[in-house]
Amino acid sequence: MPKDGIGASTKRREDIRFLTGTGRYTDDINLAKQLHVHFLRADVAHATINGIDTSAADSMPGVARIFTAKDFDGVGGLPCGWQVTDKHGQPMQEPKHPILAEGKIRHVGEIVAAVVADTVEQARDAAEAIELDLTELPAVIDMKKAVADASVKVHDDLTSNLCYDWGFVEENKAAVEDAFAKAAHVTTLELKNNRLVANPMEPRVAVGDFTAHDGMSTLYTTSQNPHVIRLLMGAFVLGIPEHKLRVVAPDVGGGFGTKIFHYAEEAFCTFAAKQLKRPVKWTSTRSEAFMSDAHGRDHVTKIELALDADNNFTAIRTETYANMGAYLSTFAPSVPTWLHGTLMAGNYRTPVIYVNVKAVFTNTVPVDAYRGAGRPEATYQLERLIDQAARELKVSPVDLRRQNFIKPDQFPYATPVAVEYDTGNYDATLDKALDLADAAGFEARAADSKSRGKLRGFGVANYIEACGIAPSNLVGQLGARAGLYESATVRVNATGGIVVMTGSHSHGQGHETTFPQVIADMIGIGADQVEIVHGDTANTPMGMGTYGSRSLAVGGSAMVRAAEKVINKAKKIAAHIMEASDSDIELKDGQFTVAGTDKSLAWGDVTLAAYVPHNYPLEDLEPGLEETAFYDPSNFTYPAGTYICEVEVDPDTGKIDVLNFTAADDFGNVVNPMIVEGQVHGGVGQGIGQAMLENCAYDEDGQLLSASYMDYAMPRAADLPMITVDHSCQTPCTHNPLGVKGCGEAGAIGSPPALVNAVLDALNRNGHDIAHIDMPLTPSRVWQAMNK
Amino acid sequence: MKISMTVNGKTMSGEAEGRTLLSTFLREELGLTGTHIGCDTSQCGACTVHVDGKQVKSCTMFAAEADGAEVATIEGQANADGTLNKVQQAFQDHHGLQCGFCTPGMVMAAVSLLETNAKPSEAEIREHLQGNICRCTGYHNIVKAIMAASGQEVPAVAAE
Repeated sequence: MPKDGIGASTKRREDIRFLTGTGRYTDDINLAKQLHVHFLRADVAHATINGIDTSAADSMPGVARIFTAKDFDGVGGLPCGWQVTDKHGQPMQEPKHPILAEGKIRHVGEIVAAVVADTVEQARDAAEAIELDLTELPAVIDMKKAVADASVKVHDDLTSNLCYDWGFVEENKAAVEDAFAKAAHVTTLELKNNRLVANPMEPRVAVGDFTAHDGMSTLYTTSQNPHVIRLLMGAFVLGIPEHKLRVVAPDVGGGFGTKIFHYAEEAFCTFAAKQLKRPVKWTSTRSEAFMSDAHGRDHVTKIELALDADNNFTAIRTETYANMGAYLSTFAPSVPTWLHGTLMAGNYRTPVIYVNVKAVFTNTVPVDAYRGAGRPEATYQLERLIDQAARELKVSPVDLRRQNFIKPDQFPYATPVAVEYDTGNYDATLDKALDLADAAGFEARAADSKSRGKLRGFGVANYIEACGIAPSNLVGQLGARAGLYESATVRVNATGGIVVMTGSHSHGQGHETTFPQVIADMIGIGADQVEIVHGDTANTPMGMGTYGSRSLAVGGSAMVRAAEKVINKAKKIAAHIMEASDSDIELKDGQFTVAGTDKSLAWGDVTLAAYVPHNYPLEDLEPGLEETAFYDPSNFTYPAGTYICEVEVDPDTGKIDVLNFTAADDFGNVVNPMIVEGQVHGGVGQGIGQAMLENCAYDEDGQLLSASYMDYAMPRAADLPMITVDHSCQTPCTHNPLGVKGCGEAGAIGSPPALVNAVLDALNRNGHDIAHIDMPLTPSRVWQAMNK
Repeated sequence: MKISMTVNGKTMSGEAEGRTLLSTFLREELGLTGTHIGCDTSQCGACTVHVDGKQVKSCTMFAAEADGAEVATIEGQANADGTLNKVQQAFQDHHGLQCGFCTPGMVMAAVSLLETNAKPSEAEIREHLQGNICRCTGYHNIVKAIMAASGQEVPAVAAE
């Protein structure tokens, strides 16, 4: 086996360019004769546009053209990729999402006009000279008010501000009601999952180009999924066939979900470049990012748990208001429904569950998937609720969880919320985490804290998520307007080196290092013989991109399938040359051998024969060695684990210190442990950020109060602890060839409830009777809860 | 106006308006795109460089203010033979970067720290990085990398 195959912590090859300043991010791309666009964005949340006077701006220095909505007659709106059906069987309400505001402004940051000029400074200067005639309207910000009072509607052409009212599983509703009626104990919590901004460190950028000689449009963009952008923008917005449209996502500086979606700025730059016959570039400022990148989370939930007299869970019932913002972003409707309701069973044997979700339009930036997307919201509700139930029942929260776990011998396990977990061992990760976090020593540490006037708490949370997104026929039934397979082409060159062209996209995940590890393992050559190509629709097969912890589970599986085809063909070539039967050929350590003989051929001899087919079975086999596979998973994967957080609260200030954080994850098989651990570190960092720092806040008029790093509290180095990570509890996925489950989102899913549970443990064990504090647990919120 | 400065040991010059920030000048005029711009409020630190030996966020000064200065950027950090310097190498060895966008600023900040504090503690490293935001790593492996670059025992930082 090669030293850099599966299981090796191979150092990342992409690091060299990033560490030497030679990465090529979208903003590093500058094309000849390039123009720059500055978007004039709405500074009010809701208004009628009576007029846009660009007459003064039109003649400002350097201005090429100023665009408003009227220039987009005949151009489609930004499409939504998922149609949810409501509890009455009706499709969701789906408003048009224009490129530039049409007649009305519906959120702060919406594009009202676009100034294209020779320099970005000239474009900005000219934008200041545009006169807007607006009639400001009352804004709808609070979701419950938006539903209860239809006097102010975000979209006049819709019947209400309700996008959909979803019930899941509607047929279980009566059984759930019955279980609650018979319950020995019911625990109820009302909680908010705070609105977040994903904040990849690279702001979004788009460069549109049009080349007259071949009639091709090209978009360079900061995307997690260039093929998806090509399809959505080409087919639904601009009407450009895919063979005339190329989308390139080069080095991308983090995504976390918010770079999945198709944005107005991408369509604008592509459109304007064709109109003006010159490249058009837009680079987002961070302030623009806060008011134009799709936000995440923003759920308001009431959740109830029914238990019998023996503390067995008998039913769960939830009612959630989920913010859609002013328009439906690309995958927004799926997040609070199919990525949330289907995970409400968690790691537990609750027999019946009913989830109700009301998706609501408000005068805010659209909300869509952010790291975890629906699954953090489900996990947070459930794991907070179980802690509260344990407190009410005066039992250990660990024991209550363990008692209700799905047990290792119960897999595959069909939940009452329509998914089947293939494998898992929740006792194992719980035991591992308790051991690593030294649960046994906690009381002594708590006593020590107390002696120093501090309140120490220990919080446990389990999580499960559905990754490896997703079986296309299933998601099609659920309303997806896309397939969710992945693709790979494995091209073997004559001299034996390999290029893998993948539909997955790496924006920090390290595919350029890990994917070759898999190929190296399969063939027995060095990983340095394998190159990964991704991010350009011109030289990769149609793929669905990277999100939902899917790259290795789906994209890696496609690569394995393509490599298997290559190996099978290579074996036939080897059999011909060595005059043996195909079935007797073995490939190991880069050598083909004939079983039971001493005949052998090197990998490179066979690959050369494929392209120089002199001694070759030409009557049976085409020359060449290149195969493509599209892999469509048969199920989701179900990573799961236990997270433990230990905190100290300063009772005088409410300030939280995160002292220890432990993550015990079951990701199935692991290709590169170093990278997997890094993914967990980062996810936990974001989860701790959500739990105690980050909050995207609007005032009642719809002004965005947290639109810079001065106001939105990103986790800094001193806010976070070292993180103990373990992935030794492995129950490999049963239905993909690598046995992998995905590790990208777990950290962000499991950590918020662990932290909040720890803080509430600290407060309650020190005499405060506090059921819940909403995130972020700022010193002010904690102190006020302690002193009300 | 014409601005000249010594960047990574070479004299370079270009045109700048009075309002042009050093970060923009380095990227757009000198083509040194390793210096990144991640915010517009001088919070994120992706644009960190050294000016006359001091760690500076290059978005906090005008290009004109750096006229005649000695500027060091990420492009000049590797050893003369092209190999990674000890901080860069430690970042690779300890997976101290993922998407790479904050990385130039992190490396420049770390180099600066180790020039003034050869053996920083974990707390001192975290304190020094307060002006540099990373969204990918949770800082865990960045702290480890800087510990390692300073020749300190890394496993002592935390259990893994």
